[in-house]
Amino acid sequence: MAGQPEVTRTVAEPGPASRVPGTDQDRRGPEARGGGTGMLARVRAWWAGDGERSPGGGWRVVADKEFGDHVLSIRLFILIAILGLAAAGAIYSTTTYVRANAQQATGSPGLFVLLFSAQSPSSQIPAFATLIGLLGPLLGIAFGFDAINGERAERTLPRLVAQPIHRDDVINGKFVAGLAAIGLVLASITVLVSGVAFFELGIVPGPDDVARVATWVLVTIVYVGFWLAFAMLCSILLRRAATSALAAISVWLVLTLFASLLTSVVAGVLSPVPTNASLQQQVANAQLQLDLARISPGELYSEATAYLLDPTVQTVGIILPSQQTSLPSILPYEQSVLLGWPQGVALVALTVVCFGVGYVAFMRQEVRA
Amino acid sequence: MTSADNRLEDQPGLGTDATDAGSAQADGEAATRAPERRGRSEARARGTRGDADRGAAPSVIRARALTKRYGDVLAVDHLNLDVRPGEVFGLLGPNGAGKTTTILMLLGLSEPTDGRAEVAGFDPTRAPLEVKRRVGYLPDEVGFYGALTGRQNLRYTARLNRLDRRTTEDRITDLLAQVGLADVADRPVETYSRGMRQRLGLADALVKDPSVVILDEPTAAIDPAGVAEVLELIRSIARERGAAVLLSSHLLHQVQQVCDRVAIFVSGRIVAQGTMRRLAEQVATETLQIEVGLDGPADALEPALRAIPGVRDAVRDDHDPRVWRVTGARALQSRLAAELASRGVGVWHLRRVGDDLDEIYMRYFSREEAGNGRAA
Repeated sequence: MAGQPEVTRTVAEPGPASRVPGTDQDRRGPEARGGGTGMLARVRAWWAGDGERSPGGGWRVVADKEFGDHVLSIRLFILIAILGLAAAGAIYSTTTYVRANAQQATGSPGLFVLLFSAQSPSSQIPAFATLIGLLGPLLGIAFGFDAINGERAERTLPRLVAQPIHRDDVINGKFVAGLAAIGLVLASITVLVSGVAFFELGIVPGPDDVARVATWVLVTIVYVGFWLAFAMLCSILLRRAATSALAAISVWLVLTLFASLLTSVVAGVLSPVPTNASLQQQVANAQLQLDLARISPGELYSEATAYLLDPTVQTVGIILPSQQTSLPSILPYEQSVLLGWPQGVALVALTVVCFGVGYVAFMRQEVRA
Repeated sequence: MTSADNRLEDQPGLGTDATDAGSAQADGEAATRAPERRGRSEARARGTRGDADRGAAPSVIRARALTKRYGDVLAVDHLNLDVRPGEVFGLLGPNGAGKTTTILMLLGLSEPTDGRAEVAGFDPTRAPLEVKRRVGYLPDEVGFYGALTGRQNLRYTARLNRLDRRTTEDRITDLLAQVGLADVADRPVETYSRGMRQRLGLADALVKDPSVVILDEPTAAIDPAGVAEVLELIRSIARERGAAVLLSSHLLHQVQQVCDRVAIFVSGRIVAQGTMRRLAEQVATETLQIEVGLDGPADALEPALRAIPGVRDAVRDDHDPRVWRVTGARALQSRLAAELASRGVGVWHLRRVGDDLDEIYMRYFSREEAGNGRAA
């Protein structure tokens, strides 16, 4: 963790001898106590709260502490740097393109959300949303890979579970703290990108745009939350933090890099396409590939993103020319949400299942190694 | 209690092998002998008082036929245990005896296969939160969050216990001073030594002002000078706070001076239980071994030693040829020096090897191992 503002507090805090109970104690607010000098410490003290002021479940205390750790951790700054760089690159490329084509762009609906999802045709840099889809898992893995085995390695777990909290408070609190940290990172980067759009291009988002982006951030948190839950599962099942990180990252890379290869091979076996294949055979094969791909949270997320951040997208499935209809080319927000609903629900379900497996595994584990 | 006592009486005399091993261990402990003697007599005095009080206070830790089985391995075998308020109870046994497993069951962190436990008036299996609210626990090889300071770590524990923040701050400061960490309280724990962490662990166990304190190997990883301080603190937990203290240790020599009662715990079973004095009485054997340093030629000394009535064996020490180990009747202890003097042999060193404590330890620990060997 970077920076220990509490160290300086010894100066400010009077020694036990100089303490008069009931007088200077009462005057000093919680800021002075949990205090410190830096802004981060103040944020932390605010989050940490007081035990007697916020009587919640034990998970809240755990979440407070974990979130405080996350906010001050080096890994948070590394992740913000990586994602910030990616966002800057993507947004630079997109804004350049938009500015060059300002004539056509002016007045076109959904321009604000296109800043998030559209890739400049002349650039190698993917769109912002695509980059978040690629790098988001890293965010989840970073906050989860040592959640439980880190406590084991530091030998703090027996002490923690010997306090009057339920055992699941530990894992619930850590998951909530991880989600909060993820939300913090994603929200700040999204605000940053919106700011660029606002100040550099003068694009003012409408209510529809704001709703789309907010929903997209929510879906992204769920998607990254899946990886958080997966990394926590690894941290429960695997003894060492390094092994757990490696396992989580391997799965992420395999799903990202080889998912399409795997689905085409499996679909080729299950629904073969001969050289003189009929249309039905080709469609069946493509449909199977798509269904298989939808097992991966990355595919679900990119489909949901496509619906949310591009109002012109009406389907991500297979459409034949004969099936094309004359629907309006720009969908309202509600319609896009409806289209992406199954993907969103599937993402939530995957996350819940992944967390649930970890939950059960953790509850059944012995405290001792 | 009674079953353990019965078992104790069933034990036959001390074997020669055990005595040898005991003396080897005693050599290693020789340096710390003197203070232990003093401590032991104190423990005895308290032990007597403890016996008198026994009927009065109801036990706050109670285990009846507590059993834990891991597959085929019986980690804890029908354990019966009673610890009363204001008492320091030592659960002593070699590593892997099931001490930590027992403690985890008492805390409700591990489910017993069979039997019942009651801690601070609650069943740890059914009401673990009530138990954990009242029990301070120092785990074996305690760990802390390295990036947080000692004070922040204790504060976290206090928050997990939903303690009032204002009173907690003062208590934390007091506790840190008590364990001698006031100067480093606001340094990150990753800069602490193992001994400092152990002492912080003691403070951590006391943050909730517990009525029951369970300490798993509290003196491990602490240097000899620190051990005395920690033991003093443990004693005061029981005396001043009136808490019941259950401590586990494999270092009988270190902790016996603070224990009012001890249970010798081997392979999941209590083989002996009671005050140190009672245990010592029970193991008092007919034979003992004395280490003597003598001047004179070896060929003449050996017959001279063997000629003394009561001496059964006399062998030269492997390391120091002037030192002899004499095995013989218990009565020899008071007579040996006089007998040697009357024979004109100069005695420059005389020490009893393997005192009562060693005998207790070696007798039960080695016997149990031998018994297991036969069974297998």
